[in-house]
Amino acid sequence: MYTQALSIGPQNASTPAEDGALEAAFDARILEGEFIEPKDWMPAHYRKTLVRQISQHAHSEIVGMLPEGNWISRAPTLKRKAILLAKVQDEAGHGLYLYSAAETLGTSRDQMLDALHTGKAKYSSIFNYPTLSWADVGVIGWLVDGAAIMNQVPLCRCSYAPYARAMIRVCREESFHQRQGYESLLTMMKQGTGAQRAMVQDAVNRWWWPSLMMFGPEDKDSPNSEQSIRWGIKRITNDQLRQKFVDACVPQAELLGVTLPDPDLKWNAEREAHDFGRIDWDEFWRVINGDGPCNRERLAARVKAWDDGAWVREAALAYARKQALKEQAA
Amino acid sequence: MSDATNTSNDTGNDTSKDTSKEWPLWEVFVRSKAGLDHKHCGSLHAADATMALQLAREVYTRRQEGVSLWVVPSSAITASDPGDKPMLFDPMADKIYRHPTFYVLPKAVDHM
Repeated sequence: MYTQALSIGPQNASTPAEDGALEAAFDARILEGEFIEPKDWMPAHYRKTLVRQISQHAHSEIVGMLPEGNWISRAPTLKRKAILLAKVQDEAGHGLYLYSAAETLGTSRDQMLDALHTGKAKYSSIFNYPTLSWADVGVIGWLVDGAAIMNQVPLCRCSYAPYARAMIRVCREESFHQRQGYESLLTMMKQGTGAQRAMVQDAVNRWWWPSLMMFGPEDKDSPNSEQSIRWGIKRITNDQLRQKFVDACVPQAELLGVTLPDPDLKWNAEREAHDFGRIDWDEFWRVINGDGPCNRERLAARVKAWDDGAWVREAALAYARKQALKEQAA
Repeated sequence: MSDATNTSNDTGNDTSKDTSKEWPLWEVFVRSKAGLDHKHCGSLHAADATMALQLAREVYTRRQEGVSLWVVPSSAITASDPGDKPMLFDPMADKIYRHPTFYVLPKAVDHM
């Protein structure tokens, strides 16, 4: 991707001395809070960082359809089924907005998909966990989409304009995702049977810690964070976002009537924030590096969908070319 | 990305490689309601114009965001070069007399 990005335009064919001047001008623009557009000069590393981040984000949206898609045919009512279908379709849309944003940096859609399918590209660790019960669908909306929103809202001000524009659209739609999940859980907790309430608690127990992991490694273990913040790609650090998320979830859990599975979770009056227990970072790295409960299944499902669709993509293109020729002849 | 001289489209993409198995890129414009103009809202890949319209409906108007769609092959868009920005647009900065606020009028007629 790096070399790919370097070959995208004449503005990158500059000498190191010119690069220095261009980079200073670029840094000044960032400092002024200006947005960077696709055709503007940008440091190769800025481009590379964005391609990695935006494509990973896109992959996460697409792979993220799988755990919930599992429940479309098993939704308990027609209403919940319609909601879930709409939500999963949104995730597809989000993936498409993001792939388009990444493509403006000079990497092709096929290259990105190839990186995903060959296991070179990462996606969010959260989607490598299984959805075992219907309550998981609600908890994913509440916690997983809640964590995603927490992450994504600051990205609406990302210095790279196409990414920021995509994120504004995504965030507008994501709010429905979190609210439908919470409302579904509320229905089960307030109007459901004992077994249904237990099902919700079990889902919360399984998804809480993986949701906290969605914010990524602790600040001290995220060496790229500082540069990303300097470049205006990132606005808030992993730990700050995680803290905000925990603080937001505690009263929501209380209102639902579920317990968050962390004995160390308690209000710290001095910090005016909640203290919480240690995240199992071994598990995080295991899942990121391909050894979570569903990594193989998820990737295999994506590869199969891509391979099985090959003849459709080719046929559509052949048809389009034939029609174009016919039009020319007429 | 074979055409390094192509600076003509705003998306930074080269969509002119016919031999690719990738569907070409289209820019999507949406009219949000009758009476307003079409506004650029994003891009997508589609095999042809008909499919681009169908996909644009699914990707960009799932919540009544529009009443009309335009799709344009990205490769058909000619864009100005960011390097020409000062030459093209800066001269307008000192032409403040083109704005109504330049003219100070007595209060009695200031609604003009």
